[in-house]
Order: sequence, then structure tokens, then C-alpha cells
Amino acid sequence: MLSRALTKKLAMHAMLVPFLIFALFPFYHMTLTSLKQNRELYDRSAVPLLIRQGPTLEHYQKLLFESSFLTWTKNSLLVTMLATSVSLVIGTAAAYALARMKFFGVGSFGTGIFVTYLVPTSLLFLPLAQVVNWLGLADSKWSLVVTYPTFLVPFCTWLLMGYFRTVPKEVEECAMVDGATRIQALIRIVLPIAIPGLVCAALFAFTLSWNEFIYALTFTSSSEEITASVGVTSELIRGDIYFWGQLMAGAVLGSVPIVILYVFFLDYYVSGLTAGAVK
Amino acid sequence: MAIGTARVATTPYRPGLRDRLGEWLDRETILGPAFVTPALLLLVFLVAYPFVMAIYLSLSNAFIGRPSHLIGLRNFINLWQSDAFRQTFQNAFVFTGFAVAIKVVLGIWLALLLNEQLWFKRLIRGAVLLPWVIPTALSTLGWWWMFNSLYSVVNWTGIHMGLLDPPGPNWLGQKYYAMAAVVAVNVWRGLPFFAITILAGLVAIPKELYEAAHTDGAGPVARFWYVTLPLLSPVLAIVVLFSTIFTFSDFNIVFVLTHGGPINSTHLFATLARQVGLETGRLGEGAAISLYLFPVLVMVVYAQLRFVRNRAY
Repeated sequence: MLSRALTKKLAMHAMLVPFLIFALFPFYHMTLTSLKQNRELYDRSAVPLLIRQGPTLEHYQKLLFESSFLTWTKNSLLVTMLATSVSLVIGTAAAYALARMKFFGVGSFGTGIFVTYLVPTSLLFLPLAQVVNWLGLADSKWSLVVTYPTFLVPFCTWLLMGYFRTVPKEVEECAMVDGATRIQALIRIVLPIAIPGLVCAALFAFTLSWNEFIYALTFTSSSEEITASVGVTSELIRGDIYFWGQLMAGAVLGSVPIVILYVFFLDYYVSGLTAGAVK
Repeated sequence: MAIGTARVATTPYRPGLRDRLGEWLDRETILGPAFVTPALLLLVFLVAYPFVMAIYLSLSNAFIGRPSHLIGLRNFINLWQSDAFRQTFQNAFVFTGFAVAIKVVLGIWLALLLNEQLWFKRLIRGAVLLPWVIPTALSTLGWWWMFNSLYSVVNWTGIHMGLLDPPGPNWLGQKYYAMAAVVAVNVWRGLPFFAITILAGLVAIPKELYEAAHTDGAGPVARFWYVTLPLLSPVLAIVVLFSTIFTFSDFNIVFVLTHGGPINSTHLFATLARQVGLETGRLGEGAAISLYLFPVLVMVVYAQLRFVRNRAY
């Protein structure tokens, strides 16, 4: 006989199974579709849950060598890295000031940051498209480098402010008594202590900008300038004929950079998620 | 920026000036504003200014590539005479209402399960959170394929399990099914956020309270109802507020899955604003549609600020 505790534990796991299937099945099915031969893919009597007629890399090959997928990925990487670094620097400075210093307007600035943090990108994309035009950045990936910080900076600031508040003031004051300036104390003492927070902010900023869709869709359109998400969703769909294998291959490969980060930094994602909302 | 110039100007020869500048920069009244200036400029030029422009556009007859002039509230009035907009208005509430409600219930349920002693805890958490980190536009493509009218794996599975009559519904081609599909994908993507945040709230509840309730004879249901739920309510409120604004303003899922169709039955403000403002070029009307998101934003911000003030300041 199983003990009561073990039975309960098994029951808990059994109840988790539907949730896990719900969460993971779409990825399984996407990957499976991308590896199937067209013959099997479009055979309506075949079992869609398995590959019976052997896998193929044909769809990936076509995606990489016959579409501009690599250019889109390069654009995504460039935009994401630049927007993330810029936002992290601006956000760190702002967060430190908000967490530690008292000066005219600091309260309203904090409120402003919080409000912007809640502004959805779909509220301002039309007027921002005009601003992008005026800046001469229409249909250029640089428009994204300029506009992504509008949601990344409030996010980084808000997250880092929470981290800076947990660093004891005394540590910093000790350094300043020993003759360090405020900026030296920040760079040599506070930032090293706040490294987990900085990693967390960087990860989230990277993820948010890699996943951004509406700005990229609105501000860029030519094949040389668009990002991976936009490329896969708009350029791989032509007319009424969908190349499902290639489309799914694009969706899988376009997610790879995030999955890699995710696997290595899972705990940061969990802690950042709760900090962002609860703190 | 002031920091950079100060350094370059003073490095090798003039230690006196450097000291003075250093001292000057050490003052909070100087350094504080210097630190927030870049963020402030960004917010003013790329958030506040576009917002003012959104209001101007919504009050004008702006059309892409044409000069515009103010026409008062005519856009807002015209919108109410359009079937597409009235349908969208209703969709937004149906979509948000169902999606958030389902996410709350399933989120609490999932968080309670995750809070138990589990094998492979980290792995399970990782799997649960995955839909939330993958680019939504791309994962929605996967769902689009799963709901395909000819090759739907959802229908195939449903039919083989005896839950659906062949050939099964045309998910994205029929009104209510399309809305159900869009809600399902939103729940799929948003559930991890609910579950993980609620889990953090659960972990923070002191164990002693459960022991006390247990000795008082409270069963599992009573313990959930009288201990867990009341103590969880602040976290729940914040998660719900947060999710409301981002569900209400959702764009990616509807755009990829249905494009607002069939016959506008899944359009949300964001997708309709894009269609009217960019695809047909009526910028003013598009901006007016976007601005319908604003009252919801204001309510959420107001509620959140009260919460955050009470907790953090």
C-alpha cells in the first residue's frame, strides 16, 4: 500500500499534467510540424501528433537560404542589444536617484515612471509613427532603437529601484566617509551589490524588446529592416497559400534566443516577474 | 551627460577644478536631477508628446499624407455610428472579462498546486512559465496552425477523444468560436504570470496561520476560504489590475490569429485602430479608437497607485 503522503503527492502531480500539456503542447506541435515532410503534413488521414514518415530539415533549409530570415534575426539582435543597453544605463541612473536622493520633483518623477510603465504600446503607436517620420527614421530599424526605450526605461527603473532600496544605506555611507564621491560609491559599492537586479533587468529588457511586435510592425516594412517576429508573420505568408512547415520553422527559430536565455536564467525570470508586479 | 563632460574637461591638469566639480556633483540637488534627466527627456519627447498628439489627431480629420484641421469631437461621435466600432467595444469587454476571470481561477488553482511538495519543482516551474517568455506573435502562429480549418490538431484530438463531432468547428471562421480561440490563447499566454505571482503571494503567508486554523478544526476548504484568500487579496488585486490593462490593450494575438475577423467579431481597440488608422489611412479616427484605452488605463493607474503608495511609501 502507498502511504497517504505519497498518494497525495502523486495526486498533485496528476493534477498538474493538464496544465503542463496546455503550456507545452503548442511548442511540441510547432516543432513537430517544422520537421515533417510536406507529404505527411498535408495528408489529412495522417496522425498529426507524430512523425511517421521520417523527419526532414527541408523547411529549415528553405527558411535560412531562400528567405531573408537571417537578415531579420540580425536586425532583431541589433535592435534588442542596443535598446537594452541604452535603457539599462538610463534606467539605472534614474532608479538610483529615485531610490536614494531627495530633490525637487522626485516624487512626481517617480509617479511619472510608474504611469508610463503601465501605458500599453498599443495606445501610442499611431502618433509615435508620426514622430518616427519626422525624425527621418521611417522604415528603419533605428526607429525601434529609439522607441523601445519608451517601455524599457520605465520597466528597468521600476525594477531596479526596488533592488537599490534593499542595499543598506550604511554600506554606501561608509565608502563616502572614506573619501569616495557619490558616483564612485555608486559604481564601486552599490552596483556590484545590485548585480542580480541588473541581470534581471537586462534579461527582461532583452525579452521585452525581442518579443515586441506592434511597433516593429508599424514602423518598419521593408525586408531589410524588419525584425524576426514581423518577418515570419508577414513575409512568410504570401497570398492564400501558407507554407506551414516553413512558417513553423520560423516561429521555432525566432524563439531560440529567448529559450537559450531562459534555460540559463530561469530563476531570474521567476524573481523578476514577481518583483515587477508585486514590489 | 553632465558627468561625462565634467570628467573629460578636468582629468589631467586642474585637480582644483576637478575637486570643486566633484563636490558640486556630490550634492543631491544637482546629481539627482542630472541622473533623471535622460529618462525624463525620453518620457517627455516619446511618451508625453505623442500622447498630446494622439489627442490632437483624435480631434482632427487627419488622413495619411494630407494636411489636417480640427473637427472637434466628430470622430468620437462618428465611431458610435459604425457597426465595426460598436462591435469592437463589446468585444473588448467580453474578451477582457472572460480572459481575466479564467486566468484568475486557473492561476490560483495552478499556484496552489505549485506550492505543494513536488518532484522536479524547478523543471515544472520552467515549463509553466515558458508561454510567457516566448514572442507572442510567433507562438500565436503556432496556435493559428492548431486552429487551421483543414488540419486543426485541436479538432483531430477532440474528435478522437469523442468530445467533438466530425468535422469539428471552424475555429477562426465562426463568430463565437473565434472569440473563444482568442481568449484561449490569451489565457495560455497570461496564465504563467498569474500563477507565478500568486505563488509568490502564497509563499509569503505564514505557516502558523494554517496550523492555528487546523487546530480550530478548519478543513482544507475553510482554510482556503478564510486564510488563503483574504491574505492573497492584495496580490490578487494587483495582478488583476495589471492584467486588465494589458489584456484590454492586446494586439498581437488578435492580429495574428484572426485579424479581427470574422466580420469584426474579434476586433479589439488596438487592432481596429491599426486597421482604420493605417490600412485605410483615417489617422484621426484611428487615434480616437486608441484613446478608448485611456479611461481603463486611468482607472488601473489610480487603483495601482493607491495600492503601491500604501505598501511601499
